[in-house]
Amino acid sequence: MFSFHAIFFPQWATLRMERGAKEKNHHLYKPYSNGIIAKEPSSLEQEIHELRGSANSLRSEPEFEMADIFYFCRRGVESIVDDEVTKRFSAQELESWNLLTRSNYNFRHISVRLSALWGLGVLIRYGFLLPLRSEFALWHSVSFRLRTYLSEKVHLICYRICVRALTAIITYHNRENKPKNGGICVANHTTPIDVIILANDGCYSMVGQVHGGLMGIIQRAMVKSSPHIWFERSEVKDRHHVAKRLGDHVADKTKQPILIFPEGTCINNTSVMMFKKGSFEIGCTVYPVAIKYDPRFGDAFWNSSKFGIVNYLLRMMSSWAIVCSVWYLPPMNREEGEDAVQFANRVKAAIAAQGGLVDLLWDGGLKRAKVKDAFKEEQQKLYSKFVVNKTCLFENICSHRCISKG
Amino acid sequence: MGSRASTLLREEEIEEIKKETGFSHSQITRLYSRFTSLDKGENGTLSREDFQRIPELAINPLGDRIINAFFPEGEDQVNFRGFMRTLAHFRPIEDNEKNKDPTASEPLNSRTNKLLFAFRLYDLDRDDKISRDELLQVLRMMVGVNISDEQLGSIADRTIQEADQNGDNSISFNEFIKVLEKVDVEQKMSIRFLH
Repeated sequence: MFSFHAIFFPQWATLRMERGAKEKNHHLYKPYSNGIIAKEPSSLEQEIHELRGSANSLRSEPEFEMADIFYFCRRGVESIVDDEVTKRFSAQELESWNLLTRSNYNFRHISVRLSALWGLGVLIRYGFLLPLRSEFALWHSVSFRLRTYLSEKVHLICYRICVRALTAIITYHNRENKPKNGGICVANHTTPIDVIILANDGCYSMVGQVHGGLMGIIQRAMVKSSPHIWFERSEVKDRHHVAKRLGDHVADKTKQPILIFPEGTCINNTSVMMFKKGSFEIGCTVYPVAIKYDPRFGDAFWNSSKFGIVNYLLRMMSSWAIVCSVWYLPPMNREEGEDAVQFANRVKAAIAAQGGLVDLLWDGGLKRAKVKDAFKEEQQKLYSKFVVNKTCLFENICSHRCISKG
Repeated sequence: MGSRASTLLREEEIEEIKKETGFSHSQITRLYSRFTSLDKGENGTLSREDFQRIPELAINPLGDRIINAFFPEGEDQVNFRGFMRTLAHFRPIEDNEKNKDPTASEPLNSRTNKLLFAFRLYDLDRDDKISRDELLQVLRMMVGVNISDEQLGSIADRTIQEADQNGDNSISFNEFIKVLEKVDVEQKMSIRFLH
């Protein structure tokens, strides 16, 4: 009954806004189903070919045309207006408003009736749902802390508590493909809650950096009950050390499967970004999992540069609900002649296809770091081939493979 | 309540921008959203660093030249008006605009203004001439380390030779227009804005 109302109200709210806007003859803009611009799908080769064909040339095979600049110019301005990367690191923009102020970016025409409904929503979420959930989580975690020796059972129970505490409504698909011992489970990463969502349905060993604060306390508590792999920040840089620890864990068939998020950072659940190849070098079976959150009930994305973990949990517990789908994909193994990067991309493509996410080659690390110069050099190299080596005019140069090697 | 974007952009401003650039109301509000999302310092202006944070722009060989086009001479910050004015160059040319009032000033997205935008990408010192040196520098940006100085030099010489009509060994804007008269500038220098 609750979920019925939670679906009904946003649609009603949006319709109400549209009607209000029409009454006042305002432009209402419908966000985001199409993007700000429509990009031309043509490649450098195609465009240079077109430009060379029309440009005024005295030579039979031109080497350089002043018009060549148009391609780079237009592409550059297109990326200023709308690029594939920077928008992945902030919360997804919605088609219909879900009555949460935090998700309100461009819904402007809000009537008195809608404001009243929003006010009621605030009362319910902060006065009822939030206290109920925090009280539930607190009370049950206190009583179960005494029984940490009952590892697996308690593990599952604790996660079920967390799920109830967040009112997470999870649909698991294809459970016959659930990860087994001696393998690695990889999933796209949106929020720390991904862990709760997956662990609710199975036991995993976590891998990650040791954190301070509340996260650190949780990590230390978890280690007491089952074998997790936490790294000091300094150790992370030593890839061999990390790979060895993972390899040892996987080799031991009695140990639970490892849960890894190869993107390395939280992405806003509209795309899957580059998978770091480390997990794919170990050589064991990989169980891909796709997680997709429904943004109508609450935005699950954790924007770590904007909010701390406590602030984030507060927002989660005061949302309507966390509704998501989890798909367990069939296990994959590295094939003959495939290197770790190609294997990682294959797994990533499978996850993106299942979850309805955009498959990107860009590195999630671009959230914080600058893009490597090597990629610009690849672009320059590609263009140079049209200026000097005439026979390469129609060669199919795959610049994408170059980006993924970086 | 209400969106952060719209509370900072007044209706009068939107109208002024609409007149100046020709963008529609909804396009302006959406581009304002984009502007604010790029503005990490949240001070209402963009700096060069804000642009360089876009990975696809950072790997564009002419990225720095394009970024420079947004900043007026000697300034380090661009506000939303300036941002829109520059983007207006890339609006497609609509038929009804061609028959507009002849006394009104030329729209920002006319063929001539699009060519001027491209000309300024080459004209590094903004002296309204593309010298051999400037052409070489821009060529170097586009090809990186993959072509030798001699080859690049001869390419630059050939290009200037073909374009130069008054013998001053540099390319003026009119000579530039002549070289590109057969190119479909309208299509190549236009971006399809939706809504």
